[in-house]
Amino acid sequence: MGRFILHSDLNNFYASVESLYNPNIRNKAVVVVGDEEKRHGIVLAKNYIAKSYNIKTGDTVWEARQKCAEELVCVPARFDLYLYVSRLVKDIYREYSDKVESFGIDEAWIDISHLAKTYEDAVAIANNIRTRIISEIGLTVSIGVSFNKVFAKLGSDLKKPNATILITQDNFRDVVWKLPVEDLLYVGRATSKKFERARIKTIGDLANTDIKYLKLTLGKMGVVLHDFACGRDTSPVESIHDKEKIKSFGNSTTCPVDLVSNTEVKSIIYMLAESVAERMKKKNYYAHGVSLWVKDTDLCSFERQMQLSSPTNISEDIAKNCYKLFLDNYDWQLNVRALGVRVTNLTTGKMQYDLFESVNNFEKKQKLECAIEKLRERFGYDIIRRGNILVNQSLSSLNPHSDIHIIHPIGFFKAK
Amino acid sequence: MEKKYVKVMVEIDENGNKKPKTITFNNHEYEIDKVLDMKKAVSMKVGGIGERYTVRINGHETYLYFENNKWFVESH
Repeated sequence: MGRFILHSDLNNFYASVESLYNPNIRNKAVVVVGDEEKRHGIVLAKNYIAKSYNIKTGDTVWEARQKCAEELVCVPARFDLYLYVSRLVKDIYREYSDKVESFGIDEAWIDISHLAKTYEDAVAIANNIRTRIISEIGLTVSIGVSFNKVFAKLGSDLKKPNATILITQDNFRDVVWKLPVEDLLYVGRATSKKFERARIKTIGDLANTDIKYLKLTLGKMGVVLHDFACGRDTSPVESIHDKEKIKSFGNSTTCPVDLVSNTEVKSIIYMLAESVAERMKKKNYYAHGVSLWVKDTDLCSFERQMQLSSPTNISEDIAKNCYKLFLDNYDWQLNVRALGVRVTNLTTGKMQYDLFESVNNFEKKQKLECAIEKLRERFGYDIIRRGNILVNQSLSSLNPHSDIHIIHPIGFFKAK
Repeated sequence: MEKKYVKVMVEIDENGNKKPKTITFNNHEYEIDKVLDMKKAVSMKVGGIGERYTVRINGHETYLYFENNKWFVESH
């Protein structure tokens, strides 16, 4: 039996929700921005009118206003509201399948193989979902329908807003292969440059490139991307039941000022790690791995991870290792705009201690951190802070409980 | 038109179904004669998403919305 996968993408999600909740701005150029005071004042999302003025995600508010010939409406982001609306939309998806895998707040894959026998059935279901989202939620989605996740995702990007795009085993060479290779999932800026050097311009070029050459230039990822281009992606859509099992804890933040030194980066990593460790302790989890996500001022980002010698939920251990990852991997060509700390490979329950670290030492650290967390719970976050965060006044205004976002797109590979 | 949150008296049956009985609007309590329909819907007029109850009050049909644990009407 064939697979029928949908990928649904809410069009201009943040800006559409704002326009929905404020009818007065619906026919104006609208951008959703971060907190200007805390220097998150960049464009996070825009509606089609703002887009027509070439306003881009990542523009500063000042740049966006310069580009816009008409009055530009700037609304502050309301993540709680977006999460609420996202949940309502995903509840609709779950009426069709228990295999719904979120890809960020505004995208999801839905496996409807049990409902559809033909592509006509699958398209009809996609159209039904689109119609329901318009009438029940007031938003539009673009849905890609295909036999695998990668092409379904590609399909949802092809026509916006409010469209269903079908990519089948029969038409994917005509529809997909002419597209620029950058349109393929997981072809980022670095990979794209390598392809450029190899004169691989389209997804078709990639599909027709010798796999040995790709392996040589891109390693394992070259083989994976070649498979994607040829329609060979058998990765399953993760079911909601699998999702309930916690796989990682992560926090990220866009800093109030660009970070220009290792000391500043270290401060933020410690702050993020504290927030992650606090959540882990509440749920009694220990991590065997940590990962660090870094975004520079060009909005280019990467993630690096490492395994730990023994599991931990101590913020200092998490921070120390993440800082090491930073030092090993960042070349300071550009300043740092945003950072994220994540712990992976989790275990729960009783802790097995490191052979070389005494039980007393671990428990001592744990007791100390619990005491700090209790103090903060009773008297507020600012009651006790690390000395290193006070080196920069702008950074010390950051409060992980209100400024750090736990909205991560779940990585395509991490979800497996 | 504006989104106006209102106080609502609700009857909840043994299965958890809600049946609004009265709404208080501008300090007046209005009795709901009949709930004609309920479905999930958006209010494009004032901006809101939730359960939309079509209700009859004094012979007039109007919409009453239940959104995120609060009730609202589309007020002129």
